[in-house]
Amino acid sequence: MPILSIIIWLTILGGVLVLFVGDNRCRPVALAISVVAFLFSLPLYFGFDKTTAQMQFTENVAWLPSFDINYALGVDGIAMPLILLTTFINIIVVISAWEVIKDKPAMYLASFLIMTGFMVGVFAATDAILFYIFFEATLIPMFLIIGIWGGPRRVYATIKFFLYTFLGSVFMLVALIYLYSKAGSFSIAAFHELPIAANAQTLIFLAFFVAFAVKIPMWPVHTWLPDAHVEAPTAGSAVLAAIMLKMGGYGFLRFSLPVVPDASAQLAWLMILLSLIAVVYIGFVALAQSDMKKLIAYSSISHMGFVTLGMFIVFGIVTNSTGSETTSHAVMGVEGAMVQMISHGFISAAMFLCVGVVYDRMHSRQIADYGGVVNTMPVFAAFMVFFAMSNAGLPGTSGFVGEFMVILASFKANFWFAFLAATTLILGAAYTLWMVKRVIFGEVANDNVAALTDVNRREKCMLAILAAMVLFFGLWPQPLVDVMHASIEHLVQHVTVSKL
Amino acid sequence: MNNIGLATPEIFLLCAICVILIGDLFVSEDRRPYAYALSQVSLLITLFLTWTIAPDSGDVSAFSGSFVMDKMSVVCKSWILIVSIGVFLYSRDYVNARKITNGEYYTLALSGVLGMMIMVSSSTMLTLYLGLELLSLSLYALVALNRKDARSSEAAMKYFVLGALASGALLYGISMVYGATGSLHFSEIAANLAGNENSTAAVFGLAFVVVGIAFKFGAAPFHMWVPDVYDGAPTSVALYISAAPKIAAFALAIRFLVDGLITAHSSWQVMLIVLAVLSLVLGNIIAIAQVSFKRLLAYSTISHVGFILMGILAGTNEGYSAAMFYAITYAITSMGAFGILLAMDRMGVDINLLTDLRGLFRRSPVYAAVMMVLLISMTGVPPTVGFYAKLAVLKAVVSVDLTWLAIIAVLMSVVGAFYYLRVIKYMFFDEPAEPTPVLAAFDVQVGLTLNGLAVVWFGIFPGMIMAACVAAFAG
Repeated sequence: MPILSIIIWLTILGGVLVLFVGDNRCRPVALAISVVAFLFSLPLYFGFDKTTAQMQFTENVAWLPSFDINYALGVDGIAMPLILLTTFINIIVVISAWEVIKDKPAMYLASFLIMTGFMVGVFAATDAILFYIFFEATLIPMFLIIGIWGGPRRVYATIKFFLYTFLGSVFMLVALIYLYSKAGSFSIAAFHELPIAANAQTLIFLAFFVAFAVKIPMWPVHTWLPDAHVEAPTAGSAVLAAIMLKMGGYGFLRFSLPVVPDASAQLAWLMILLSLIAVVYIGFVALAQSDMKKLIAYSSISHMGFVTLGMFIVFGIVTNSTGSETTSHAVMGVEGAMVQMISHGFISAAMFLCVGVVYDRMHSRQIADYGGVVNTMPVFAAFMVFFAMSNAGLPGTSGFVGEFMVILASFKANFWFAFLAATTLILGAAYTLWMVKRVIFGEVANDNVAALTDVNRREKCMLAILAAMVLFFGLWPQPLVDVMHASIEHLVQHVTVSKL
Repeated sequence: MNNIGLATPEIFLLCAICVILIGDLFVSEDRRPYAYALSQVSLLITLFLTWTIAPDSGDVSAFSGSFVMDKMSVVCKSWILIVSIGVFLYSRDYVNARKITNGEYYTLALSGVLGMMIMVSSSTMLTLYLGLELLSLSLYALVALNRKDARSSEAAMKYFVLGALASGALLYGISMVYGATGSLHFSEIAANLAGNENSTAAVFGLAFVVVGIAFKFGAAPFHMWVPDVYDGAPTSVALYISAAPKIAAFALAIRFLVDGLITAHSSWQVMLIVLAVLSLVLGNIIAIAQVSFKRLLAYSTISHVGFILMGILAGTNEGYSAAMFYAITYAITSMGAFGILLAMDRMGVDINLLTDLRGLFRRSPVYAAVMMVLLISMTGVPPTVGFYAKLAVLKAVVSVDLTWLAIIAVLMSVVGAFYYLRVIKYMFFDEPAEPTPVLAAFDVQVGLTLNGLAVVWFGIFPGMIMAACVAAFAG
């Protein structure tokens, strides 16, 4: 059964269906579609062969034979968890929009469903052009979501978002075409095996770097993200942080590292440097924010610094040591990056939804407008404190696992890398908990806060599901690490072999 | 061999034009719709004839080898006719509302189509020139058709003077090439030049030929007429100019440069690179400053012509088919964009400013969605057909080691993305100035919806057009 195609097209065509169902009945239909899509993605996990790094659940249909472009899908241990995350977050998104979106809800939900289909396609594509098509296609629904349902500066934010990411990805397109002209195929696996000269590798690396660094985003090309996050509607921010950023991280793992390993090794210092700047500097920037969404956006960038650090620390570990444990340390770094991506998917979505909950009631994101929310919304406050703790990396939550693995791996490369990375445990705690302190605790700040009503059943349900996931992967990350282990080990072995 | 039957579609179309022209004299004012109906029927019959006449394999020529029916001509003619049918459908109500003399509009437009068909099928320089002039003269008159409008007359005047200059340059180039090779037939020119690639006279002639082609395409720096004509001409005529003639101009370039002067490829490649880069840069950057939607589309056309030229200059069959794909899909896309402007037209007030599109999403979501799909296709974002057009051209350019050109092209499409997004912004994110929905005739609605769907459909299944384009240049 072509499970991947079913997930992709079920959500895309389901989105079109929601559009036609109309504003009154769109919500249950959208919820049904997203639940069914998630159920279809479960066999990916339970039927997954953990012992192999090969692509599984593959599909291959000649699509544009005159161009050697195939409709080729498949997942390995890197892509599969991200697909599950995507379909899972989609359900949360539909629930979060339930009664909040009053203006054209059918189109709103349809955009999210279609975008989910595209995002699953990004993670599932094994043909480079198919990947690019899905990668670019996600821009359009997000552009509309921010532009139509966004805040006051939505036009600026959404055009900036589109142009930034479009500029990044067109370079990738040229790189892909160049690789095709050498490899004679658009299959990503063929790119992995292709020997490339040093000069060309550097240029290709830079092209991929621009595309994925903007997407993930890395300092200094991150500036679109705070704008987009602040202006986007709640669910838009959640999807942006939870999944779209991961497309950048996934791109590094799928393209940059295995296609141009020598250039990656050569420029690893730059990537590590930029990652550490993101972790430390952006952490300080987050500390200074007065807008809750902006603060979480900067915290996302800082957390994504860990992801890129974990990926590129591989080269630091390899050059530093020659022992038999080298590979296992390098694998730990990449696995940490992956765990961090998945965990950040849950936590950042939850944080944005928390802000959304109070924003729907107060119509303000300013920290200064709040204070003492715990007095009027005790249940909400409990959730918010829990997610804030996990955002800060409290042991026992999933936020801790990824960061810890990356820091451990960094020690094997260089003490100071690890030291700087570890400052996030302080900084993260500082900016998140300080925000929570100002918003949640203290005396009731004003009449608006006094008039707040606690979370209703829908919001409670949505936050509880996320909290359960964060706790589950925090206490028992093994199921997650198990599925990706073979693929990542294969990847690490692949990148340590020169292609020159 | 005077295989006259090969020209049946053209001959039929000519007869139809005469019937419509003469019939127009005898039909009273209130029964004018007949001209529209007759034109559409004759286009359909011509399309049908083209398909039945088309040889199953190989090239067949007629009129002592000056008229040829090959795969490329069949594909180009089919799309010219299909696009023209759409163009007539979208223009009908606009032409009626303006009280632009009906019969003349359709006869002139049909003569233009006839000219394009002759261009596509010509295999000597003379036939090609005749076809081109038939098209150009019809266009000059069409631009001036709204004679009470001073801007329309001004546009026609500019177009005519510059166009005549370009035709002169082209004719001069033709005479030089003829002098160098002693033949008007493209195949013989190619054969004669095979021995001496660097014949000064031929390369000298080539330069003028390229000028002529660049003008007809509207490629920078020979683009000056494009914005004024798009802006000044009646919108229905701008629609006409922006669509099918791009396909004909592509055929013009292929006939001259590939069929005739392929041995001078290294010379014209450099010339086309200059034209392509200038068109991409100028078209995209100047488009940002436009407030008129028609002018914006004019500059965007210039930039798209840059892409078509990039495909041709690659000098490989892959490049030619990519350029052909680009020209055809661009014609479909541009047709839809102008079609929506025409559908929004109210009682003789032209829709021209970008702000006129404000809030279209709230007024008529379907039109806004169609327009968005078309603009996204022009930007080159998947899953629309515009992405494949760009991909095909970039692939052709990269495979001949002109990667730097591909990088300029993609950078400029990011610039292009900005002004297309700005139009989407007006349509989707702004509140409408007037709440009334856009009303258009039922068949226009269906046509526009199909137009938008086609751009997505061919974006998901580009193989349908692409296979024909590849086959046109295979072997």
